[in-house]
Amino acid sequence: MDRPIRVLVAKPGLDGHDRGAKVIARALRDAGMEVIYTGLRQTPEQIVSAAIQEDVDVVAMSILSGAHNHLFPKVVELMKEEGADDVLIIGGGVIPDDDIPGLKEAGVAELFTPGTPTTDVIDFIKTNLKR
Amino acid sequence: MKLAERLLDGDRRACARLISMVENNDKEAIEIIKELYKHTGNAHVIGITGPPGGGKSTLTDKLAKALRKENKKVGIIAVDPTSPFTGGSILGDRVRMSDLALDSGVFIRSMGTRGHLGGLSKATQGAVKVLDIFGCDYIFIETVGVGQSEVDIVKTADTVVLIMVPGLGDDIQAIKAGTMEIGDIFAVNKSDLFGAPKTATEIKMMLDMNPNMERKPPVLQVIATKNEGMDNLVDEIKKHMSYMQEANKLQKRRESNAKTEIIKLAEEEIISLILRKNETMGLLDDIAKGVAMREIDPYSARDKILDSIKDITI
Ligand SMILES: Nc1nc2c(ncn2[C@@H]2O[C@H](COP(=O)(O)OP(=O)(O)O)[C@@H](O)[C@H]2O)c(=O)[nH]1
Ligand SMILES: [Mg+2]
Repeated sequence: MDRPIRVLVAKPGLDGHDRGAKVIARALRDAGMEVIYTGLRQTPEQIVSAAIQEDVDVVAMSILSGAHNHLFPKVVELMKEEGADDVLIIGGGVIPDDDIPGLKEAGVAELFTPGTPTTDVIDFIKTNLKR
Repeated sequence: MKLAERLLDGDRRACARLISMVENNDKEAIEIIKELYKHTGNAHVIGITGPPGGGKSTLTDKLAKALRKENKKVGIIAVDPTSPFTGGSILGDRVRMSDLALDSGVFIRSMGTRGHLGGLSKATQGAVKVLDIFGCDYIFIETVGVGQSEVDIVKTADTVVLIMVPGLGDDIQAIKAGTMEIGDIFAVNKSDLFGAPKTATEIKMMLDMNPNMERKPPVLQVIATKNEGMDNLVDEIKKHMSYMQEANKLQKRRESNAKTEIIKLAEEEIISLILRKNETMGLLDDIAKGVAMREIDPYSARDKILDSIKDITI
């Protein structure tokens, strides 16, 4: 591919920490990707609207607040409504193991818990791009 | 529906996809723009430039909101540098425009400078055309006012707003060298900080030193974070457009921009023809060898190369 992979890095939910999101943003940039960073406290609607306008290949979200079971599936659902189901959606943050199967069922392609090497995320994106 | 029709219809995904295609130099996108070019020219294109951290994104957000109150459709192209080492970038301008994301009358697109070389202005100009067809009344292009390629980009705008901040001091001298003359409007942002009136005065003095100026650019003090001075700035932006139209300057500026654009496109096409031909026939390689060995001079070599692509259809 002779164009960079475009990734929207978003931080949904009300918690005010975006360190995790920034770490992943930098790692993806260093891997040659074009990262669109949208900042803190984004609603699913804002995330999806930005993802559509930016025509991204990937939406990567990070949540610490525990609202992942609501927010992640909501983003997947809204993306589908927009007809953008060729966009890879991944999530990260503090996510209990028990929640992971349900989230995958809901359409989140993969979930990365704290301590995952950023190279795993990069590899996952590169091998699972949908377009 | 086809992409072209969807774009004309104001479909956001079509708009987004076409901007990507234009950015990636896609042939189909160029055909679509050719077909729809007659629908462009209605948007007022505004370049927003100035030092990094000067408040360009914050200000663009506020300008867009002011224009939304008049129910105008707004497009924003925010350009950020790409790392020359990794080819990657973090485009963070949207952070300052978060609540515009939900407004269906605003379309924001972030763009990296990539390895585009001269192609960056081609990519942004392509995106401007797409947003114009999409139906935007106003299109903002935000770039950091440093490199030549950024200056080239904002030059393609109808109106250029140069953002300054208080306390630039000697930096104004440095900015003056390349950029002062492209500003149609000067906005001293962060006027809540110390020294804004002095900076504004310095800019005015500098502008006074230029005797050839047909129109003296206004110098405003604004505070983007507090939404202060924005109505004024919107007024000046509109006034500049009226001035351009009345003095027949808009047509002239667009002509001159078109000239630059055509030359750039032609130049690029010629280079790509030479390189493509070289891939199949190796003529450039052979001739370069000859020049290095002094069998042929570079000027005759040029003539030979140009001759070789004369009959190739684009
Ligand atoms: N004090 C003050 N800070 C501002 C003003 N406008 C923007 N800023 C801040 O300047 C920083 C950079 O703003 P940003 O819009 O990202 O600048 P850009 O890099 O030129 O796009 C942010 O922290 C803004 O909140 C202003 O009018 N006054
Ligand atoms: Mg900015």
